[in-house]
Amino acid sequence: MHKELSKLQPGERAVVIKITGNGPIHRRIIDMGIVPGAKLKVEKFAPLGDPMEIKIKGFNLSLRKTEADTIQVEVAG
Amino acid sequence: MKKNKLSIALAGNPNCGKTTLFNNLTGARQHVGNYPGVTVEKKEGYRNFKNYALTIIDLPGTYSLTAYSPEELVARNFVVRETPDVVVDIIDASNFERNLYLATQLLELERPMVLALNMADVAEARGIKIDDQLLARRLGIPVVRTVGSRKQGMEELLETAVRTAQETQRTSFVINYGRDVEEAIGKLAPLLAAAQRQLNFPRRWLALKLLENDRDIIESIQKIPESEGATAAAAEARAELQQKLGDDPELLIADFRYRFLGALYREVVTVQDEDALTFSDKIDKVLTNRALGLPIFLGLMWLVFNLVFTLGAYPQDWIEKGVSLLGSWVGQHMAEGDLKSLLADGVIGGVGGVIVFLPQVILLFFAISLLEGTGYMARAAFIMDRVMYKVGLHGKSFIPLLLGFGCSVPAIMGARTLENPRDRLVTILVTPLMSCSARLPVYTVLIAAFFGEQRAGNVLFSIYLIGIILAIIMARVFRSVLFTGSTEPFVMELPPYRIPTLKSILFHMWERSILYLQKAGTIILAVSIIIWFLTNYPTEVQYSKDYAALIAQAETLPQDEVKEKLVREQAGEKLGQSYAGQVGRFIEPAIAPLGFDWKMGVGLFAAFTAKEVLVSTLGTIYSVGAGEEDAASLKDALAADPAYNPLVAYALMIFVLIYSPCLATIATIKRETNSWKWALFSSGYSTVLAWIIAFIVYQGGKLGGLGG
Repeated sequence: MHKELSKLQPGERAVVIKITGNGPIHRRIIDMGIVPGAKLKVEKFAPLGDPMEIKIKGFNLSLRKTEADTIQVEVAG
Repeated sequence: MKKNKLSIALAGNPNCGKTTLFNNLTGARQHVGNYPGVTVEKKEGYRNFKNYALTIIDLPGTYSLTAYSPEELVARNFVVRETPDVVVDIIDASNFERNLYLATQLLELERPMVLALNMADVAEARGIKIDDQLLARRLGIPVVRTVGSRKQGMEELLETAVRTAQETQRTSFVINYGRDVEEAIGKLAPLLAAAQRQLNFPRRWLALKLLENDRDIIESIQKIPESEGATAAAAEARAELQQKLGDDPELLIADFRYRFLGALYREVVTVQDEDALTFSDKIDKVLTNRALGLPIFLGLMWLVFNLVFTLGAYPQDWIEKGVSLLGSWVGQHMAEGDLKSLLADGVIGGVGGVIVFLPQVILLFFAISLLEGTGYMARAAFIMDRVMYKVGLHGKSFIPLLLGFGCSVPAIMGARTLENPRDRLVTILVTPLMSCSARLPVYTVLIAAFFGEQRAGNVLFSIYLIGIILAIIMARVFRSVLFTGSTEPFVMELPPYRIPTLKSILFHMWERSILYLQKAGTIILAVSIIIWFLTNYPTEVQYSKDYAALIAQAETLPQDEVKEKLVREQAGEKLGQSYAGQVGRFIEPAIAPLGFDWKMGVGLFAAFTAKEVLVSTLGTIYSVGAGEEDAASLKDALAADPAYNPLVAYALMIFVLIYSPCLATIATIKRETNSWKWALFSSGYSTVLAWIIAFIVYQGGKLGGLGG
């Protein structure tokens, strides 16, 4: 099932399917290793609900929900 | 053939231990400047190694080499245009794939290169084993293991770098980007011969950048007549690729890089337990916990604030006392005259005005090194970003703004933690609106004179609140007017928690303090001497009374009061006729609509050196003395002056709150932005804003029947 990364719950794992959008934010996202096929895990959301933290390729990355909205993922079982 | 001078550029991701390695390699022999035209800092260090004089350049830490961020642009332009003899790319071994992403891009620039596999000990402790021999073979460059925190592998790294710099034979490194992209590169490359000669970038790399739609490269190539066709051909190829493969070529290329790295990773790295909960993860579970995260953050900020300003107040007090002692000692031991006055009041006062901030700067950078070194700074941004983003700032803007309530100088230096130049600049521009402690004495005197005790708290609170509200408004205005276009990404690494070495903390404190003294200190000193001159000259003025005779007469009296009163009156008259006094009268028409007279004008002018100076200047003008103990008599003098009423006093406080940051702050902005333009802009915009707000308050208040 495809959905936006921002809709995932802490602890859920997923595989990146597609990245929409363009410009510097888009570029930064792919430079950090969020490319189709990459596996990730949602660690947590900040105390105020935004941004979120994910683990990808062995490191921790934070991104705003608006940025995570541009990342389509497939939730892994 | 041997040459004696070699240059080594250090590249790497942020948080890969690059700074520690740089400090290990160069020791204290460093020079900090700026890359021309940008706010990016340029650090150079020197080292003698065997019979080589090495210049080591610490490139800005980056994740990639795009044209989107000035740091990345600087890094790649340096590697290509300044042609360092060898590039050392530092890799955090425990974060292999993403760190190597930059390495592949550096390799494509086709310069001699060495890979430093740093923090190999941390990686091994986490069960990550790397076959460096195989890695070296796959990339075609030497790989050296280092542990920066324990200075391991430094000699070997230098040895390898020096050797690599002198090798003439290099195998070129090529990633296969798949049939379609390769075909497009094949078509573009022949068109780029002239561009390659002029820009010095490899042809294949230029073709790739055109396909990636890199603004900087496209613009540079368009300027070269012989390569005119290349950009149009590239646009066509991009559209074609987009259609054929259904994705942005930019994304496709990054995807191929990561595929290459994925394969490389599986080949050279063995991991025991991919999901092992690290020590760092456990700490983070508490520090960014949903319930505890915010209270812990606020507690830490309280500690930082008190460390810098409460603890810093003691050495500051000693410095102030020492400076004033020195001033009076010089005063007693020198012959009367201009030179004595210049030295005792102008120079010593000016130097005092510089070093008085030093304790705060040192303590601030102690706190910042600790927060950054441990990895908490990124978490602080993570916790605060929601609030700060709403007002057009970044999570990391919180710390400078908070420090602004103490003093703008360390606060603006603290904005250095913001990597993004636009975020940093907006933060720097609004930080002075946080009411610093130097403004408090002004409020205290005015509130005591015109507002009763019951209202004092509310009045003071309203001033602080207006500052915060204006900061929020101005941040949004700057964001939308000065820095139009897309918002800055918050895609930020949360580095693992580490224990920073004491040496790295001390180094950072030392480096920032020296920079403050050198760069900001000289400006502060120069301008404070100018202002001293303007408030003390001309010395020959027409007095309304013959003070000399009257004072001589008063000296015969048993009580000192009469004489002291005369001396104060004379000083007041002298200041009134000084150049500063003339400035005050000259600007009176401009500030009259705010309810201010020339005396306030003089005070505001002199208070440019430091805002609390308004109190002492008014003290001199009202002939009540300029010392702390005279504040009470100044209060009475102001209350008795018909030029003042509560409305004027309130407008004056508003004006003091908002108008031009003090000299030390302006000098710090100049140093931190590397630009007089922004320093003067900060001064100019805030003075205009102060005028507008004070005008609204005063005229609005008059219409509402307040004041008199």
